[in-house]
Amino acid sequence: MDSIWHIIVTATPQIAAAGLKYTIPIAIISFILGLILAIFTALVKISTRRGWFLIVKAIANFYVWLFRSTPLLVQLFIVYFGLPYLKIKGVFPNGIQLGPWTAGIATFSLNTGAYCAETIRAAILSISQGQWEAAYSIGMTKSQVLRRIILPQAARVSLPPLSNSFISLVKDTSLAASITIIEMFEVSQQIAAQNYQPLVMYSLVAALYAILCTILSWLQGYLEKRTSRYLRPLN
Amino acid sequence: MIKLEHVNKTFGDHQALTDINTEFKEHETTVIVGPSGSGKSTLLRSLNLLERPESGLYHFNDQTIDFSQPLTNKTILNVRRKTGMVFQGYNLFPHLSVVRNVMEGPVQVLKQDAETAKQNALELLDRVGLQDKADAYPEQLSGGQQQRVAIARSLAMDPEYILLDEPTSALDPELEAGVLRVLLGLAQEEDSMIIVTHNMEFARAVADKILFVEDGQILFDGTPAEFFKQPTQRIADFLAAMTFTTISDKANQ
Repeated sequence: MDSIWHIIVTATPQIAAAGLKYTIPIAIISFILGLILAIFTALVKISTRRGWFLIVKAIANFYVWLFRSTPLLVQLFIVYFGLPYLKIKGVFPNGIQLGPWTAGIATFSLNTGAYCAETIRAAILSISQGQWEAAYSIGMTKSQVLRRIILPQAARVSLPPLSNSFISLVKDTSLAASITIIEMFEVSQQIAAQNYQPLVMYSLVAALYAILCTILSWLQGYLEKRTSRYLRPLN
Repeated sequence: MIKLEHVNKTFGDHQALTDINTEFKEHETTVIVGPSGSGKSTLLRSLNLLERPESGLYHFNDQTIDFSQPLTNKTILNVRRKTGMVFQGYNLFPHLSVVRNVMEGPVQVLKQDAETAKQNALELLDRVGLQDKADAYPEQLSGGQQQRVAIARSLAMDPEYILLDEPTSALDPELEAGVLRVLLGLAQEEDSMIIVTHNMEFARAVADKILFVEDGQILFDGTPAEFFKQPTQRIADFLAAMTFTTISDKANQ
């Protein structure tokens, strides 16, 4: 039987390679797409516009509700295994067939987007009314106020909770193993099936996730410092 | 010239402004006084369209706004471009340096190039005595300094009227003096200003005209000389309450 050390030394590069090839790209792409979706969703939700826009608001509310109320694993299964059976004459006669990569990124983006939408909405609402008024009073349009005054300040407020969402997302990509993506957790499962060392293998992959997330926490700290430059230090 | 005719504004059941009729001449300083919650700020904010009265006419030079009709964005932006606003709580943009606070309007709204806007901003900061703070962030300044930056920010848009909503109410007397000096300078240069304040000494010193507002109505509209002669009992009571001597007199009785 191989020594534990030998297992670690041979398995780590394989798992790390899967991380570079799948886990990290899926997490980054999904988070960027999710963030864009979240900003639009948050803006729709805080808008006071009436009329036909209420339909858009209802869609935004439904989207956030749906993705926060169902398990991510179930969402992945529906998108990857379920949608091929959604056959609509003329539109999708053969159902919606998504590859594992597309299905994974779509689901992770939609899921994290729903959570981040609430974070960004809260951050925008936390900026005082006086900032809106001051910006309006110098003649800015609503989109200028948002872009130049409100969102830059909201970004600072939302950084810690958004980092939470990103770190969660990195770990949640392990669920992609269930839709045939050979990411870090899937690789460790395959190796464990060969060497009958589940404790070592799953502890090893856990450690690798922990390293990844620790680096992200450092990055969060750096970004928080950068975006708080304009605030007086507390001590 | 700004002229208001029959302007009314309610907040729910509360009648904030009742049949306001007055005018604000160019190159004059108008001071609006009155007890808290009387509608002074609402009146001032209506001129910048931060509040929207339900009825009445608002004449700004040749332009007439009928408050009972929906306003277009163009109208709103046009009025705001001509009226600078200074708030009690300064409301500087905390994520922008002092000079960028002043440049923001000219660059984003007036589409000036950044270099021109910066030169202009530095001159304005010099005028309010803060050129050395150009690169500081608002949080690093005292309240009085922040308010002077806010005045520079409104001047940068080269407004026809500057509206000031209790600009010194959050400041201690020394800091207040620094802000009032700047405003006095503007008044002497005959900028058009409309100021809501509780500082009667300042009102007496700068006002060309005084409005006394209570319960959403204008109870006095005239010169400071007439106002400080206490033409009505209500104004006499109001002015008496503003000076400490009456309080100490009463205590001694």
